[in-house]
Amino acid sequence: MESLEALVAHIQGLSGSPEEVAHLHSLLKQADGDSLRSHAAALVPFLTHLSPEAHSLGYLYLLEACATSGANLGADFLVTVADFLTACSADQIRLAPDKFLNVCRVFKDQVMLLNTPIRGIAPLRAAVRKIQASPEQLTPVHAEYLLLCLLAKQYKAGLSVLEDDIFEVDQPKDLFLYCYYGGMIYIGLKKFPKASELLHNAVTAPMSSLNAIAVEAYKKYILVSLIQNGQVPSFPKYTSATAQRNMKNHAQIYVELSTCYGNGRYTDLETFVESNAAVFQSDNNLGLAKQVLSSMYKRNIQRLTQTYLTLSLEDIARSVQLDTPRDAEMHVLRMIEDGEIHATINQKDGMVSFHEDPEQYKSVEMVEHIDTSIQRLTALSKKLASIDENMACDPAYLLKGGITGDSTTTTSTPFHTSIFEMI
Amino acid sequence: MDVEGEVPAAAAAAIANGLGGGEEASPAPFSAEQLDVEAYAAQYSGRTRLARLIFIADRCGVEAMQLEALRMAYDEIKRGEDVQLHRDVAVKINGRLGPRYGLDQAWVDTVARRAEQRKEKLENELNGYRTNLIKESIRMGYNDIGDFFYAHGQLSDAFKSYIRTRDYCTTSKHIVQMCMNVILVSIELGQFAHVTNYVSKAEQTPDSLDPIIVAKLRAAAGLANLETKKYKFAARKFVETGIELGNNYSEVIAPQDVAVYGALCALASFDRSDLKSKVIDNINFRNFLELVPEVRELVNDFYASRYGSCLGHLEKLKPNLLLDIHLHEHVETLYTDIRHKAIIQYTLPFISVDLNTMATAFKTSVSMLEKELAALITENKIQARIDSHNKILYARHADQRNTTFQRVLQTGNEFERDVKSMLLRANLLKHDYIQRTGPRKM
Repeated sequence: MESLEALVAHIQGLSGSPEEVAHLHSLLKQADGDSLRSHAAALVPFLTHLSPEAHSLGYLYLLEACATSGANLGADFLVTVADFLTACSADQIRLAPDKFLNVCRVFKDQVMLLNTPIRGIAPLRAAVRKIQASPEQLTPVHAEYLLLCLLAKQYKAGLSVLEDDIFEVDQPKDLFLYCYYGGMIYIGLKKFPKASELLHNAVTAPMSSLNAIAVEAYKKYILVSLIQNGQVPSFPKYTSATAQRNMKNHAQIYVELSTCYGNGRYTDLETFVESNAAVFQSDNNLGLAKQVLSSMYKRNIQRLTQTYLTLSLEDIARSVQLDTPRDAEMHVLRMIEDGEIHATINQKDGMVSFHEDPEQYKSVEMVEHIDTSIQRLTALSKKLASIDENMACDPAYLLKGGITGDSTTTTSTPFHTSIFEMI
Repeated sequence: MDVEGEVPAAAAAAIANGLGGGEEASPAPFSAEQLDVEAYAAQYSGRTRLARLIFIADRCGVEAMQLEALRMAYDEIKRGEDVQLHRDVAVKINGRLGPRYGLDQAWVDTVARRAEQRKEKLENELNGYRTNLIKESIRMGYNDIGDFFYAHGQLSDAFKSYIRTRDYCTTSKHIVQMCMNVILVSIELGQFAHVTNYVSKAEQTPDSLDPIIVAKLRAAAGLANLETKKYKFAARKFVETGIELGNNYSEVIAPQDVAVYGALCALASFDRSDLKSKVIDNINFRNFLELVPEVRELVNDFYASRYGSCLGHLEKLKPNLLLDIHLHEHVETLYTDIRHKAIIQYTLPFISVDLNTMATAFKTSVSMLEKELAALITENKIQARIDSHNKILYARHADQRNTTFQRVLQTGNEFERDVKSMLLRANLLKHDYIQRTGPRKM
């Protein structure tokens, strides 16, 4: 057993070239364990001798030993970790991802313990970028980061991570949490299409047994779909059988809510939400349920724009079951401001004129928008084609195809067909 | 825009109370004078006459008419052999027609006894034929038993016997006869799937059929389609029904019925050109229409866009149609369809329509019309929007270019979203796959 001093000296000496670091890694692995952990209290002073940038790997080992020992974690420690997370070298820490994740987790727990989630946002964002091999990879830090963003109500901060598309997933649990928290962040920003996309991913993710995250995601998915489209799409056929069979039983009230919404009577919906307020409250979904309620007005008003050119506020109020023309005016006004309908209100005689969508699809911005969409989609299809090709050459896939059938070209595993069915 | 709206005051009144909306088909709301039960019953023969009379008695809600119908039914039954029907009608009359129209126990007993003997005799005969394996005789035997059951009101037994003759049919004439029998019983049983089935069986026989038979089959097929709510097919069949039908099929349908059913179904389901070519210019069907001038008028009115008078005629016909054993269930649906068709057709040629003029043409109020139009627009049956302020309906011409752009962008977004989540799922599955197979390889 080498002394701590010697270890620190090694760390200082062997943090240069990749070979040296690899050697150091094996040394550290030997030193790691209870011995290092038992000295946890003594480790902190040594940290000051090391630089987080240059000696990231060694620093990480010592830090992790401190963090997991459970002792002497004060405010100073948080600062040290925060500094390390922002400054460390990505190449070195990726040699010991488990250690890094541990440090991140302890850091998050500490921040939450102190009830100051906002302090954790910047360091964890840096941590996400450091540990990611590519921007497409999902790491456990993602979920932790999003959780802190949610707690700190810094929804915009969460976007920086959410805007990258995720394809590589190590642990399914990370994905569920990522989708669930991500969905909530988008709900907070009222970007319902994105929210429903993420929640939809959580609900339809392959699963052999039901998990609580997916169920909660499904509840929110129902609410968001109602707000966004006025209806809940049924499960697509690629949804796992488990989810299709059991999901609805766990979200009974929500399914009933969507049926009630479908009937189109505002008063019924209102009484339903009121009588089940306790359930929604305990799921922390009461706010969303109320938004569902008000979205019904919007939907009905939008439907009127399809039918009428002009309509008096009084008639609007009557046909969407609002109490007074003033309420109707407020709703219409708000919808015009939000760009949800195109209309003008004539206050003199209380008439609303609905217009067609003024977008003519010939402005420069629109052309640019279309152009970027096209480019995005071509890139996506290229990616798809290459993945398909890779899969066709994947030994594991070929092996499986060979076992289940005589020829790989005619038989296809569920995995491969899932791709073809989608396209 | 201009629409002829000369409608008799009576029709206008009828529309005012009838066309406004969903008036329910409850058994009652009409006067007895409109339907001459005796003349009506004279159009039919056999069991359908009884069934129709009893149906009228159950539905009309006017006592005089009810008793009239029941009395005729009672007399008719006495001439036949259906004991059960006799009991039912006697219960329905409930002594209101004096002692002569009570339950005649003596008659019941005689008929029942005779029936028992006859049944035994027929069965014995049939058994004899079956031991001798003479095909034709067996067929006749089953047929006789079928006729016997039919006359005694045991319809499902009759049905079975008729079906059994099928194995012993040797010529297409026999097959057709079998089919006709089955169709007759099935109609009375209300099993219209069998009707369609056996109509096509009969039509498939290799020998050319007698025009009367063809006409009968068409009418039966029309009836079956009508009852299964396939109005367009029903209309086609009725329109194709040959005039040879005459009074030859009075045990099922009268030529007047063909005219009424066919016209209503055609109005509700045909488009304008079909209406012209298949109904109005159809010399064959015109012969039927001549039998019911009111219906002829209403078809012509509809085609000539005189919707007010057309709807007026319809409303006048309604009480009688509600008493029709086959049509009564479909009257409301057909009427709504016809009305919607009329409204849609009315608006079609115009860029803008004044709702006031239109309301007068349809004999309804502007606000009611607005509601109907709104419903039709929501169902995407009319491409227009309502200017509720000035009470004008403007046709809406979809801008192809804009909608295409809109759709393209939307499809693109959907594709992107789907592919991304699909790739994600694929990767998840891959992960799962590796995890499970990994240890096994070691």
